[in-house]
Amino acid sequence: MSFNPVEQAAKQTPPAIARRVRGLSDKAIAWLFVGPTIFLLLAINIFPLIWTIYLSFTNFKANRPNREIKYVGLRNYERILNDADVWLSMQATAHFLIWTIVLQVIIGFALAWLINRKFKGNDMWTTIIVLPMMLSPAVVGNFWTFFYQPQIGIFNYVIGFLTGKDPSSFEMLGSVDLAPWSIVIVDTWMWTPFVMLICLAGLRSIPDYIYEAAEVDRASRWRQFWTITVPMVLPFLMLAVLFRGIENFKMFDLVVQLTGGGPGSTTELASINLKREAFEKWRTGYSSAFAIILFVTVFGLASIYVKALNKVKER
Amino acid sequence: MKFKKLASLTLVGGLFAGSAPAMADDLTLCWAAWDPANALVELSKDFESQSGHSMSFEFIPWPNFADRMLNELNSGGKLCDLLIGDSQWIGGGAESEHYVKLNDFFDKEGISMDDFAEATVYAYSTWPKGTPNYYALPAMGDANGWFYRKDWFAKPELQEAFKAEYGRDLAEPKTQRELLDLAKFFQGKEIDGNKVYGAAIFTERGSEGITMGATGALYTWGFKYENTPGKYDMEGAVNSPEAVEALEFYKELYKCCTPPGYTDSYMGESLDAFKSGQVAMAMNWFAFFPGLYADPDTGGDKIDFFVNPPQNQAGSTLGGQGISVISYSEKQEAALEYIKWFAQPDIQAQWWSLGGYSAHNSVLNDPGFVDSQPFAGDFLEAMNDVQDFWQEPAYAELLVSMQKRLHDYIVADKGTAKEALDLLIEDWTEVFEDEGKL
Repeated sequence: MSFNPVEQAAKQTPPAIARRVRGLSDKAIAWLFVGPTIFLLLAINIFPLIWTIYLSFTNFKANRPNREIKYVGLRNYERILNDADVWLSMQATAHFLIWTIVLQVIIGFALAWLINRKFKGNDMWTTIIVLPMMLSPAVVGNFWTFFYQPQIGIFNYVIGFLTGKDPSSFEMLGSVDLAPWSIVIVDTWMWTPFVMLICLAGLRSIPDYIYEAAEVDRASRWRQFWTITVPMVLPFLMLAVLFRGIENFKMFDLVVQLTGGGPGSTTELASINLKREAFEKWRTGYSSAFAIILFVTVFGLASIYVKALNKVKER
Repeated sequence: MKFKKLASLTLVGGLFAGSAPAMADDLTLCWAAWDPANALVELSKDFESQSGHSMSFEFIPWPNFADRMLNELNSGGKLCDLLIGDSQWIGGGAESEHYVKLNDFFDKEGISMDDFAEATVYAYSTWPKGTPNYYALPAMGDANGWFYRKDWFAKPELQEAFKAEYGRDLAEPKTQRELLDLAKFFQGKEIDGNKVYGAAIFTERGSEGITMGATGALYTWGFKYENTPGKYDMEGAVNSPEAVEALEFYKELYKCCTPPGYTDSYMGESLDAFKSGQVAMAMNWFAFFPGLYADPDTGGDKIDFFVNPPQNQAGSTLGGQGISVISYSEKQEAALEYIKWFAQPDIQAQWWSLGGYSAHNSVLNDPGFVDSQPFAGDFLEAMNDVQDFWQEPAYAELLVSMQKRLHDYIVADKGTAKEALDLLIEDWTEVFEDEGKL
């Protein structure tokens, strides 16, 4: 006679519990399993969201709990949308978002294409390239501030060496013109490996026989690249863009460490502006409205993008 | 029977409790992490031995001090029993009832605010401002001052060159304009084989740096926050022609005469620039001066100090803090004992000798005080003309706005000084409207 553990466990279940469980429908058991997760989701995500929406219509300040909370209607939303500084921070965010994604996609794809070729030391180079993304953003921000230091920074030294300029004659983090690019450079340095890994997965998923068939048809390398490689890697690439887009829209730590939003407000991204409003000025109602606007923006853009991604996948 | 046993045990217990000494507590004192905090640790050993209480300390680095402590207070945290908090927090601390009101305690213990320097009592202890409602004991007097390389100023070739260029002796500046001349003179000079720069000033964006630096110029030009105190009528005061001129001056000082990359610099950067021999002059809080004087490389004979030079009038940016008892603390009695101990004249004298800046009149008026340290006289002079930022409960909002407008104009070259101050008035008006004060 064979040993059946399920049968054995069923026999050992106390009759009272067994009777109770036997009485539950499949649906009830399913709820029993997903219930705790749904409860946690509601408590951690949905309730704060609803609470934030409520606060966005008030003048509440978290540092003044004794102050009377007044309903202010849409005033917070009006103020934000009419605030020139908010639009400047959105522009700074757009600059950062667009350029980091463009550079990371181009460099990441190029690196993946190179790494995908078989050569000696392939694995070692892959490991070296992915190192930056393994570091903490706070650490990266900190040491890049030293790299960018005009008097002792290696970045300025290298640029000075290549161009013949005095290294201390320009300031990457302190210049209004260069600071937005300095944060783009660091984010690109750190996160291009991530895009590269996703592209590499895409490249390795293309079966060899497709290229072999193309060779038989005498398709050139250039044509193979545009008609086989790019279309088949595109869904992966779009996924990488989605991840980086969402991450960089809410970018905070790296930029705070590098520039603190400065000089002036040149690199004050939307998330930094939001943090200042919420936890330095303590305008909780106002910052709740700001957070809702950002949430709707990201959610809306991401939804449109995911639809496009699905269409590409279906092709 | 059981009841009788219980009753007699309770009675005996009660008797013992009545005759036992007060229980020793472990008090936590919160402050910023800097040189005077170390002096306070040393000083507090006396309190521990006298009272039987033990002291723990929570020192937060300056850039995070306000954020960390205000979060602690706003959340009703019990981390700190005593807090040496910035002068600007007094309004919020009092109105939100984070701080214990100390009037009754002072009356009971015979602690008189007349024993402390008037400016410090006004700035660190009272809310509403200037009223006899005390929420802190002046703990650490402080103001923004200057220090310079005395050995460089004494070099004959530099003295000669300066006299030829400016027609006066190379010496401590008497006005803000003279300060600028000195900074320009030293900028880019080669001294002892190294390229040096004019001055290290405050330009920090994240907390309070650029505001504390620029107000040093603004106050001396006659800047006022309001036309009529308490009326919040800022138009014509905040953006007065004098204020515009002062702000343009500070920007010129920043542009002409600071080391490269000096775009986000505060206390630490100022000290580093000076100690590494990069700058001829630097601004910083008096609290750091004992450490600077003791520095083996750039202290002693090589350094001297001067009070923030006047322009249209004398004026220095107020620093310093009062010590408060936190209302959420469960050890308020022991915390008050600490304040009582700290207020004693002999403890205040020790505080000064260890490197803390006492605000007690018995220390400040002592005939030997001025000569007790090379910066003591400057400290007294500075404390006579100090001005502070808004101390309103909404001070954090007001400060963040000023940081932004000043940094935008001074460092990021955005707009004119007048536009920056006009925008500042708009920001502040919005804050006071939200507060129901306008």
